[in-house]
Amino acid sequence: MSASKTTAPVTDTGALQTERPILSIESLSCSFGTGCPFCAKPEHELERNVCPRCGTVHALRDVSLEVYPGEIVGIVGESGSGKSTLMRCVSFDQQASSGAVRTALVDEGASNILACSPQQKRAIRNAFFGMVYQNPWLGLRMDFSSLSNIAEQMIAAGCRNVEQMRARGLSLLEKVNIPLSRATDPPRVFSGGMQQRVQIAKALSNNPPILLLDEVTTGLDLSVQATVLDLVLALRRDLDVSMLVVSHDLGVIRMLAQRSAVMLDGRIIERGLTDQILEDPQHRYTQQLVHSLL
Amino acid sequence: MSRREEGFMLRIEGLSKSFYLHEAGRSIRGCSSISLTVQAGEFVGITGRSGSGKSTILRSIYRTNLPQDGSILYRSAALGLLDLMKASEREILYLRRFEIGYISQFLNVLPRTTAYDTVVQSALEAVSEGDRAYAEQETERLLRHFELPESLWELYPLTFSGGEKLRLNIAAAMIKKPRLLLLDEPTASLDNASKRKVRELIERLKQGGCTMLGIFHDLEFMEGLCDREFNMQEGFIDG
Repeated sequence: MSASKTTAPVTDTGALQTERPILSIESLSCSFGTGCPFCAKPEHELERNVCPRCGTVHALRDVSLEVYPGEIVGIVGESGSGKSTLMRCVSFDQQASSGAVRTALVDEGASNILACSPQQKRAIRNAFFGMVYQNPWLGLRMDFSSLSNIAEQMIAAGCRNVEQMRARGLSLLEKVNIPLSRATDPPRVFSGGMQQRVQIAKALSNNPPILLLDEVTTGLDLSVQATVLDLVLALRRDLDVSMLVVSHDLGVIRMLAQRSAVMLDGRIIERGLTDQILEDPQHRYTQQLVHSLL
Repeated sequence: MSRREEGFMLRIEGLSKSFYLHEAGRSIRGCSSISLTVQAGEFVGITGRSGSGKSTILRSIYRTNLPQDGSILYRSAALGLLDLMKASEREILYLRRFEIGYISQFLNVLPRTTAYDTVVQSALEAVSEGDRAYAEQETERLLRHFELPESLWELYPLTFSGGEKLRLNIAAAMIKKPRLLLLDEPTASLDNASKRKVRELIERLKQGGCTMLGIFHDLEFMEGLCDREFNMQEGFIDG
């Protein structure tokens, strides 16, 4: 064995000390309803996440989170805890009530991208974010061919070269194990698992450095789930893509994410290394969640 | 042999950890007021009754457990002296990748990854330049050393026997050549021949300057390997 490999490389530390998140979510809140003086005060108790006075639903309350380059961060929580609202706010599908989202890719993190113009938001989303929704109908045009779905995404990012789009589309479909003989079939005629994989291929069209995955394996049968999860891990390993992964399934989070946050009633109630959350959960709800798993 | 660093590698002071269970409304004791120091290059064995909190100490060092009190000072090659209880998650992940290894009797590998790839990926994680040829060469050497039959290399470890899984675990942790290795009963389910293999590797790591803190029920195994023994009830025992 060569001697030079026996010590931990010291070169990486500078990178660790100066590393900055590729995506920062800062005090993000999102509510549905008019709000009232009562629920405007954070110290007032809500009924779960609903204001007892005015009925406003506080889907996100003061959520902060960082994702570092090449990292997968997991978000777990029951349905209604605000996981998807968080994803939708980051991807501009939903307008946040307050808070900021920054990415090192835009003005080196100086600007709150939620405050950008609609045109800028579209450009940011097309160039930097890949979205994969739980429901493939939200992410795909079901009656267009799979190749056209990918091409559409590339056109949105400014690509005009048909040959290039076709080649890229075929290579992406191959990567997600869609038989190329079906590349021109519309996703409508695909199985759920195949639709999900076409959606991932579409999300990857412009090589986004950040992927937002919302319950990508929910509702898929186990073997297809496995294929999708393996694909996600391979993307991280081979392309160094950073990801925010939402799932109510602790098994999925355990497999994918090294760091995780647990959400309940619109808040992050616990965060930490995933193995710590699973083996030494602190919050009552997290303990319940973990004990349901084992 | 690598340069022996001055001073301690690990200093635990007043470490206390209990587990509060909301459902039951009470706490379970992990360990309380543990203080122990491990010098660089030293092998310290932890002994004590089962349930006395031995594993809790190792898991607190590795941040799998969150202790309530005390400090865990670790002298990192890259990050300097730091308290592992206060270090950021990113720092802990860095240390797990490059400096601190943890081996338990439970298999913890990625599903649908072959035995061979499990070890190769572990090696690639620690070799920052991603030297695949080196990773593969070392993987083959380690799997041969542990006499994991070549017919198993391309199979998924989920189907392995307990002993085979454990040997794979150890190979995956050791290939990273950690500076500090935490061993949580790594020989618990092994036959004598495999135990000897593990012992040989531990000895080799020790010669290479690796610092180790381990729990073994098998006192015979520890003999001649441990520099000092720390007993949960009595503290350090001379000899």
